[in-house]
Amino acid sequence: MNYRFEKDHVVTIKDFTVDEMESIFELADEMIPIAEGEKKDDDLYGKLLTTLFYEPSTRTRLSFEGAMKRLGGRCIGFAKPGTSSAKKGETLADTIRVAAGYADVIVLRHHHEGAARLASKFSDVPVINAGDGANQHPTQTFLDLYTIQKTCGEIDNLKIGFIGDLRYSRTIHSLAEALSLFDLHKMYFISPEALKAPEYLLEELKEHEVQYHQFDKPDAILSELDVLYCTRIQEERFADRLEFEQVKSCYRIKKKLLEKCGAKESLKIMHPLPRVDELDTDIDSSQHAVYFQQAKNGVPVRQALLAMVLDKNFS
Amino acid sequence: MDNVQKKVELNVSAIKNGTVIDHIDSNYTFQVARILQVEEGNNKVLVGHNLESGNLGSKGIIKIENRRLTSEEVNKIALIAPEATLNIIKNFEVVEKTSVELPDTISRVVKCYNPKCVTNNQPIDTVFEIAGSRPPSLRCNYCERVMRGHEVILK
Repeated sequence: MNYRFEKDHVVTIKDFTVDEMESIFELADEMIPIAEGEKKDDDLYGKLLTTLFYEPSTRTRLSFEGAMKRLGGRCIGFAKPGTSSAKKGETLADTIRVAAGYADVIVLRHHHEGAARLASKFSDVPVINAGDGANQHPTQTFLDLYTIQKTCGEIDNLKIGFIGDLRYSRTIHSLAEALSLFDLHKMYFISPEALKAPEYLLEELKEHEVQYHQFDKPDAILSELDVLYCTRIQEERFADRLEFEQVKSCYRIKKKLLEKCGAKESLKIMHPLPRVDELDTDIDSSQHAVYFQQAKNGVPVRQALLAMVLDKNFS
Repeated sequence: MDNVQKKVELNVSAIKNGTVIDHIDSNYTFQVARILQVEEGNNKVLVGHNLESGNLGSKGIIKIENRRLTSEEVNKIALIAPEATLNIIKNFEVVEKTSVELPDTISRVVKCYNPKCVTNNQPIDTVFEIAGSRPPSLRCNYCERVMRGHEVILK
């Protein structure tokens, strides 16, 4: 199968149609044996990826590097801003211009919202957004959608709940936006008052005629859900330490709660990881847990994206 | 027209060459004056405020001699006073009359209200797409936040 990819960069989920997302998922399916090391492949031999990570990351950076290397490419970059010229006051635009001269593709994580868009304007090689502040994390969104599709069979007509830090979680913002493009039944947002989904996100859902409901506890709605997407309360996003202390352990998903609330046998629980205490380890061995599979799916999905941005007529 | 209104018209009338910004929502007369930095330079400037207006109820008018507005100034005015009209005056006559209009995208003149937006932290011009016109709403091309009405911050 030939995959024609029209995008120069992967900056925001808003730039993608459902058809484009589905072609990414089809290619990801083909990448699985390569991602798992069962099949050798050197499609990206001679290509160099640079990872510019101004914020910490484990899964995103490792899975990008793993994805590139499994396709025969190589990687350079930094994982701490303290080791880059940003510390000397270099602008992001200059860093990007320089990095674009060294590599064939740039993967950027940055604390400022819109940083990947800025990078795409100064780079003559593809830029892939690996998270820009609380804004977007499109490759996480693709692997989340891919996981939902693989584990539930389809995305349309599902009832999906989001729980946790709905205010600051870029993962949830991006995913809810992407889901609004599908024929989704309903979305449920569960969070304490201080961490409610931002108004701009709810406005966007209204524009896409998505029905959503907001709750402060999961109990009333758990039995309805096909997918429950959990997130960590992100200490690093709070300007006010006291505010964080008030909400940091506001909920905990565990087996007992699922049983008490009559959760469906088929309920899938997702989490972008890392988790702290919001998701009990007693879920790990249950049929509900798909979060490690979700993390693993990061490799084939990112392989598909790398292949597509580096080779517009990938086959 | 009563005598009082006639007197107001006289006070703000008659520039030989320049621009008249009419039909400014009265709430924004002085904000428009600030955008145009009317206090600078030696040009004759006439400002009318809280004048009667059929459509707006109450309007402002600003007349500036020997000046044409830049597109940046017009864009800024369109954001806060979308009903405003521009009259170009030559030799005491109106030679051109236009309404202010928002372009599809607006650069530089607006500051993103999101303190974490890259445009507030790196030396780069802002770019916004117009997401709605009345009241104006703008989507930041970088952080993707939408600013509506009173949230719009002019630079």
